[in-house]
Amino acid sequence: MIKKYNIYLVLIILFFLCALINPNFLSIGNLSNISRQLAVTTILAFGATILIIGGMLDLSAGSVLALAGVLAVDCYKSTNSLILSLIVGILAGMACNLINAVMVANFKTPPFIATLAMMTMARGVALLYTQGQNILQLGDFVVFGQGTVFGMPVSVIFLIVIAIFTWYILKHTRFGRSLYAVGGNEAAAVASGINVIRSKYIAYLINGAFVGLAGVLFMSRINAGQPNGAIGFEFHALTAAIIGGTSFSGGVGTASGTLAGAFIVGFLNNIMNLANVDSYLQQVIRGAIIALAVIYDIWTKGRRTKGHLGNVEDKNKKQKVAS
Amino acid sequence: MEQTIKLRVSQIEKSFPGVKALDKIDFTVKKGSVHVLCGENGAGKSTLMKIINGVYQPDKGQIYVDENPVKIHNPMQARNLGISMIFQEMNYVPEMTVEENIFLGRLPVNKLGKVDWKHVRKYTIELLKEENLPYPPDLPLKDLTVSDIQMLEIIKAISCKSDIIIMDEPTSAITQKEVEKLFEKIAALKARGVCIIYISHKLDEIFKIADEITVFRDGAVVSSHPVGETDIETVIADMVGRKISNDYPKEDIPIGENLLEVENLENRGVFRDVNFHLRGGEILGFAGLMGAGRTEVMRCVFGLDPINAGEIKLKGRKVSVKNVRESIANGVVMLSEDRRRYGIIPVRSVKENASLASLEKIIGKGFLNAKKEHSVVNELFKRMRVKTPTMETAIEALSGGNQQKVILSKWMMRNPVVLILDEPTRGIDIGAKYEIYKLMSEMAREGKGIIMVSSELPELIGMCDRIYVMSQGKITGEIQREDFSQERIMYYATGTKERRAVNN
Repeated sequence: MIKKYNIYLVLIILFFLCALINPNFLSIGNLSNISRQLAVTTILAFGATILIIGGMLDLSAGSVLALAGVLAVDCYKSTNSLILSLIVGILAGMACNLINAVMVANFKTPPFIATLAMMTMARGVALLYTQGQNILQLGDFVVFGQGTVFGMPVSVIFLIVIAIFTWYILKHTRFGRSLYAVGGNEAAAVASGINVIRSKYIAYLINGAFVGLAGVLFMSRINAGQPNGAIGFEFHALTAAIIGGTSFSGGVGTASGTLAGAFIVGFLNNIMNLANVDSYLQQVIRGAIIALAVIYDIWTKGRRTKGHLGNVEDKNKKQKVAS
Repeated sequence: MEQTIKLRVSQIEKSFPGVKALDKIDFTVKKGSVHVLCGENGAGKSTLMKIINGVYQPDKGQIYVDENPVKIHNPMQARNLGISMIFQEMNYVPEMTVEENIFLGRLPVNKLGKVDWKHVRKYTIELLKEENLPYPPDLPLKDLTVSDIQMLEIIKAISCKSDIIIMDEPTSAITQKEVEKLFEKIAALKARGVCIIYISHKLDEIFKIADEITVFRDGAVVSSHPVGETDIETVIADMVGRKISNDYPKEDIPIGENLLEVENLENRGVFRDVNFHLRGGEILGFAGLMGAGRTEVMRCVFGLDPINAGEIKLKGRKVSVKNVRESIANGVVMLSEDRRRYGIIPVRSVKENASLASLEKIIGKGFLNAKKEHSVVNELFKRMRVKTPTMETAIEALSGGNQQKVILSKWMMRNPVVLILDEPTRGIDIGAKYEIYKLMSEMAREGKGIIMVSSELPELIGMCDRIYVMSQGKITGEIQREDFSQERIMYYATGTKERRAVNN
């Protein structure tokens, strides 16, 4: 039970530590800036969390984000409709992930390979579509990433909606329960009457919608339709999910954990910037944190479950005593 | 001649976080003898064996080999001391060949580090010939059956030229014939002065080979006797720490209408012309040797495997079973023989595992009804006598018997019409076995139809109303309760093979 709340403890400690180190950290401007910056990767991280829980993965997130983003931008430029361009972005993300789902669920391609292929394809399509040129002068399109409603950044509102949505589907829907089972033990899920293929489709489609939305927010924030943007964003998303306690072996993870993981990364980046830590050194630190998070996860799990020789007898014993 | 002591452990203690797994264990094995360890799951047998094999380090105590104190830090060191172990859960690399697996971790190399494959091949062929195993040394292990692989594991351990061989439930996956072969092997090893530590749940079998029997309970040795000075009842009483009835809780239940009728079922290349029927309140047995096709038939009836021909009727109406979802909706459920693979979702809680097949009952109107889930599962667990610390405990933390009862609860939550139980008592301890038999009787009393596939004849004979026997993908016999006998079942189980041999 201690482990379950560790991550939130880390987040709170980090928050106060940051506040102590640099008084600017607590300013409304800085906090709102952190949230705005975090919105895109955190939304991607929720998609990644859903997939990893189900034993899947999306390496194509960054590329698909770029493709969805430039399509949305172009749509806005030709129609001047914010709603329409948002829908186009989301649908583009879902379309790419529909292909991911077909490869993974129907053709049983390992998710790593399938989405690696999609990563390359989507980037290619984005570059083809724009002929490698950035789309500029976005006009009102920038409200998604830069605007505010009652003082609240629009992208943060989207983030909150996605966070609640993710929490809800994981916790309260049949799909959520099925997904944990599929990732925890696919064969047993099939034998329990779970529609595994459908679960995988839904997981990729939700991820696709998140990626598409993130594309709109990202392009809007940087004020350009960049076909070459968002490279490597999928790894930022994975980082947040993993630090948030999502297990790469599948079947374990929560929306709140991922949110905490994303903010831990965000706070760290922010405080390092405020403290003028060398940006190259920042990368080293970020990498080390991922490694530590994973080692910690495996270490605690090793004690929780079977040893490498596959007998759970000792644990059984413990439980008997406990009861 | 007084037998000399080969292995002695003295005052061994081992704790895991929050629990004392072994408490002051004293234990000796004599040269050229078979020492059997009994005890329920979690009694500490395997922990002690892993200490002897160097997988774990004891907190206190000393191990002596030939009365010399030794410290064993890892299995490699144990092997050098002449100790080898056959694990209950087999360790092999499916993609590697027979010879590679036999030499796994100890491939002979020359000075340049090149593997001497010629020696490997020669040695393997000799070994296979000696054991009469009819497969080539370069066959990948994944192409062998489970029982072949288990035999190979045993041979591998023997081929290490060890003086102390630890066998952890070696017969859990092999056929009767191979068990006999194994026992012959053990006798030969004994004659050579090798000593064997043998862990088993099968009490009738251990009395055939044991020289001494030591019973573990709750991390301590409760009794240790030469085989002549004890009997099955005493051993069981020592194991469970209470008197337990060795009888089967079979009840006289009126048999009702036909629930399930299977006609001319076929899965090409696996089984064919399978006809059987099951009635309400009936416990129907399926006997046969390993690989006879029993599990495969049940998988088809349950919708896990495709059906090539034939039909399935439920309560007189033809039903389609394209997949498991349809079967479950029809009220047919199946408890798999392979609990780890097809039963549990290891990392999820017992509660989630139990409600997995009935999500629509607890998630209505878009929200999970957590209270309802808790109360429904709680009630089931009470009825199924599941022992778990909390509802949120991961199922992998429970003992095998309790895991099995959670999976049974999962299916009971659906209130099924037909319950298929494939080896429901495999790998679980005696107390839990008895409870599962009792639950079977309870379910039969409710008018459900129960199919029990089992390799343990005594439990089939004890619990069933009728038994079908399968051999080589066909049903070769049907026996009524009044005609039950082990001989008759074995006659049908092996009959086809013998008749075929004559025809050839």
